[in-house]
Amino acid sequence: MALIELENVEKTYDDGTQALRGISFRIEKGDFVAIMGPSGSGKSTVLHILGFLDRHTKGTYRFEGKTIDDYSDEELAHIRNQKMGFVFQAFNLLPRATVLENVMLPLLYSSTRPSLREQMAKEAIEAVGLSHRLGHLSSELSGGEKQRVAIARALVNKPEVIFADEPTGNLDSASGKIIMEILEDLNEKHGHTILLITHETYTAETAKRIVHILDGKVEGDNGVNQRRRAHDSFVK
Amino acid sequence: MTLQDSITTALKGLQATKSRSALTVLGIVIGISAIILMMALGSGAESLILNQIGGLGAETIVIRPGKEPSGPSDFGSTLFANSLKNRDVEALSRKENAPHIVEVMPTLVVPGSVSYEGETYQPSIIGGSVDFFSEAFQVYVQDGVTFDDADIRQNANVAVIGAKVKEELFGLSDALGQNIAIKNRKFRVVGVFPKKGQVGFFNFDELVIVPYTTAQLYLLGIDYYHEIIVKAESPGVVPRTVNDIEATLRETHNIADPKDDDFFVVTQQALVEQVQVIIGALTLFLSSVVAIALVVGGIGVMNIMLVSVTERTREIGLRKALGATQKDILLQFLLEAIILTGIGGVIGITIGGVLAFGASLIVQATFSSDWTFVFPISAVVLGVGVSTAVGFVFGIYPARQASKKSPIEALRYE
Repeated sequence: MALIELENVEKTYDDGTQALRGISFRIEKGDFVAIMGPSGSGKSTVLHILGFLDRHTKGTYRFEGKTIDDYSDEELAHIRNQKMGFVFQAFNLLPRATVLENVMLPLLYSSTRPSLREQMAKEAIEAVGLSHRLGHLSSELSGGEKQRVAIARALVNKPEVIFADEPTGNLDSASGKIIMEILEDLNEKHGHTILLITHETYTAETAKRIVHILDGKVEGDNGVNQRRRAHDSFVK
Repeated sequence: MTLQDSITTALKGLQATKSRSALTVLGIVIGISAIILMMALGSGAESLILNQIGGLGAETIVIRPGKEPSGPSDFGSTLFANSLKNRDVEALSRKENAPHIVEVMPTLVVPGSVSYEGETYQPSIIGGSVDFFSEAFQVYVQDGVTFDDADIRQNANVAVIGAKVKEELFGLSDALGQNIAIKNRKFRVVGVFPKKGQVGFFNFDELVIVPYTTAQLYLLGIDYYHEIIVKAESPGVVPRTVNDIEATLRETHNIADPKDDDFFVVTQQALVEQVQVIIGALTLFLSSVVAIALVVGGIGVMNIMLVSVTERTREIGLRKALGATQKDILLQFLLEAIILTGIGGVIGITIGGVLAFGASLIVQATFSSDWTFVFPISAVVLGVGVSTAVGFVFGIYPARQASKKSPIEALRYE
């Protein structure tokens, strides 16, 4: 059973724009997939649909083997909270909250016991190497640190899959390299499924597989022959 | 998300915009403190008036001449009406007419002053019966004696005076047996009331009581009474006795249609009810004026909450992406509004209470020392209830707007 399975998924917006014109692909558990495409190709729409942030208009989307059409918004919110983590290009941290509070945020919406929350958040922060920044306000951090906090926040609920939408897009190359190393590490050492959205080939090539999207369709879906290692080859 | 989490989240949201929250809540603070002030003053006035009325026992019935006043202009006709005369007193005293009446006392108010050896004082001079006053108000002559029915029958020139009157006219020397002058007529002081202050309608310290017969005949020169006060056996028979009185007086006055009554009957209960109705209506009226302030305050809260929802569009999107349901977001913003107005309510109650206390000090100093500071617990409950209700009513719309935001729209928002 694939973790994620799209079958001829289409998305037409209310204004008539057709963003996706029949997309099909599968993502297995433990995979590391990059979705590539120029801006306007529909790759962000794919991510929104995969992450339940938006609903597709045609086709079938199965998550863990179950068609998501049957779920209510509330159930989707719950699955999103438990099984998905998000890393955004613009970080999206709460600026007036501390690092610890930001990372604890998803736990507020889960059924995690309040007494466990802080411990879980601290572990996630340690995993991205920011334990020394626990009490800092997120607005005091550098861009690279902010994105590491965002990754910690995505990790904290121990999700099945992490969606990373242009995670290095707002970062300098050194910071971007650290972020990619962390994602690589999460996939290889901890078995997290990762779905990376990018328009940069050298970032995409750290993944095991690249799905090319153009004009709302899958243009190619190939394994990466010569995977780059974030550590030694990620240069902007 | 637990309720505690929701409250913590809402509090943090408010904390982030402290001065704005404080200004927003000002309207609620003003509205609630005004309501508390109104209610406290209303209760204070009510208890003051009821205490004064309460001095007259519940079994006391007052008969006044003229038509029952239905508005301020009618009071004049009552003052000059002359329909209550001795025949009424006699008729009411007969057991066959009104079996439950224990005692009947006509009263007259004599305008003027009293003097003794060059000292002059302006007390309240009442023509009545000291025994009746003593019974009704539980104030008994301390020095000397009362005058009795024989004195009343004989139009005796005797008087019982209050402590203040005695002090003003006689100083430390003995008043008993001395002659005081009222309207050039000599009255022998037979008794002095102890220092009692205000009891019921009367300040006993300022009182001079002479036999009603003497007052009627020699001081006023009239053949009618200003009031007839009747004592019934017990409070329970008051309604029946009122009927007896009305029937008896209609008979003596030859009145067939109750609409033509030239007298009216006031009972303790009716008086209490009347005062409560008047003060209740007044409080309600003032409170509804104040309620406008609360609506304005509420609109202010709604306005700021809408601004806040727009400002925090990204935050809402993020929370949704992280697993917040519509209900979580709704609750977060609704709680922000309710906590905001609730805090305003508590501040308003405090300020209103302090103002009411200050006002009661001023009233005590300038008008009546019997005024007591009343801080009704119902006002506190109402204040908290109203302020949180305002938060709910004016917070629900912005909160719904927030909860309906689509996460991708919200995340894209700059």
